[in-house]
Amino acid sequence: MKITVCVLFVVLLTACKSAPNTTLYQQLNGHEGIERLTDSFINQIGNDDKVLAYFRDANVAHFRNGFINHLCALTDGPCEYTGDSMVAIHTGMNITEADFNRVVDLLISAMEEQNISHTIQNKILAKMAPLRPEIIRI
Amino acid sequence: MNWHNTFFALLIVFYSLDSFAGQGKLLGTPGVSQVEGSAGGGLVPWAQLAGYASDEEFAVNGFCSRADVSDYSLDVCGAQVNVLDRVELSYAQQRFEVPALNTTIEQSITAAKVRLYGDIVYSSWPQLSLGAQHKSLDDGTVATLVGAQETSGTDIYLAASKLHLGALAGYNVFWNLTTRYSDANQLGLLGFGGENASKELLFEGSTAIFLSREIALGVEYRQKSNNLGLGEQNWQDIFVAWMPNKYVSITAAWLDLGSIAGAKDQTGWYLSVTGYW
Repeated sequence: MKITVCVLFVVLLTACKSAPNTTLYQQLNGHEGIERLTDSFINQIGNDDKVLAYFRDANVAHFRNGFINHLCALTDGPCEYTGDSMVAIHTGMNITEADFNRVVDLLISAMEEQNISHTIQNKILAKMAPLRPEIIRI
Repeated sequence: MNWHNTFFALLIVFYSLDSFAGQGKLLGTPGVSQVEGSAGGGLVPWAQLAGYASDEEFAVNGFCSRADVSDYSLDVCGAQVNVLDRVELSYAQQRFEVPALNTTIEQSITAAKVRLYGDIVYSSWPQLSLGAQHKSLDDGTVATLVGAQETSGTDIYLAASKLHLGALAGYNVFWNLTTRYSDANQLGLLGFGGENASKELLFEGSTAIFLSREIALGVEYRQKSNNLGLGEQNWQDIFVAWMPNKYVSITAAWLDLGSIAGAKDQTGWYLSVTGYW
């Protein structure tokens, strides 16, 4: 028992990143995969009244292009994000912590819908999570 | 009003106020309920506050747990309130059965936890919380008999928790470290302190891997003091927690609690259910 616990502790605490020889962008099936994921995400937002309220003045086509471009750049794809800064986009929206997580839940649902594996989902979330201070409560 | 009435009254009040309940955290991130009633794993209180409330929400949770080891069993039921993800207040009632002596020892635990810093998912440093658990035995006869100095006591602890997204081959990894200042004997069930024994710093740790959004597999370790000279040993467990949605979680564990009151090798099962409103 003691040994099992120790071994598990060591394995879990020495969480190392396996060196991927493909980018996250490639694991998402490139541009096509990112477009499909973005469309699922937009669909999820469209079905959620609470989150949709934040998009009342948004141009869907503009959001779609911006999100695809941003996701491509974040997943180490052959893109450079050229859209507005996260701060500029979200200033004045006063997004709460709870609604931010609600959007994360919608993104997870979209990734599920696209049959993206659990581990790739987490890697995408890990890329996006650091953006949170530039998005909420501004 | 006794404890059960209070508990059910709370359940009814908050069940009827469904919209009141916070849902603002990500699935699984509040942890479950530990044996002293605080949000945590099974044995260790964690830095997370109980329930799914975010900084503008409230949450109320109820739980019951049962630990069944070689010579004893422990039943715990309790409830927690989360206020704006800043303060957690909890109450738990423990029933410790000693079949060999045909005795039941009961203890109530009133506790509070304050989040000092951070968010286990989003802040760059771990979430940090400070907590206190005040424990009081209903009847201190057994505790006094085995040499405890007091029949009530207060533990103070500092906990740090972090969830690392996709950190282990894409799986989310969680860890928590807690340091507790305590003189409790076997959670306080055998009283507090002993001859020539005073409060000391004890270390507790947990780590888990999320195999999916709903299932976490982990281990815990809890250091114990040996104030009574009865060979009290450190506790450990391996657990699996299932969080199918933001309303319920079920935790099962295999416990190794070492020697309890002279009875060696206390191993056995643990099962716990928490409901979130």
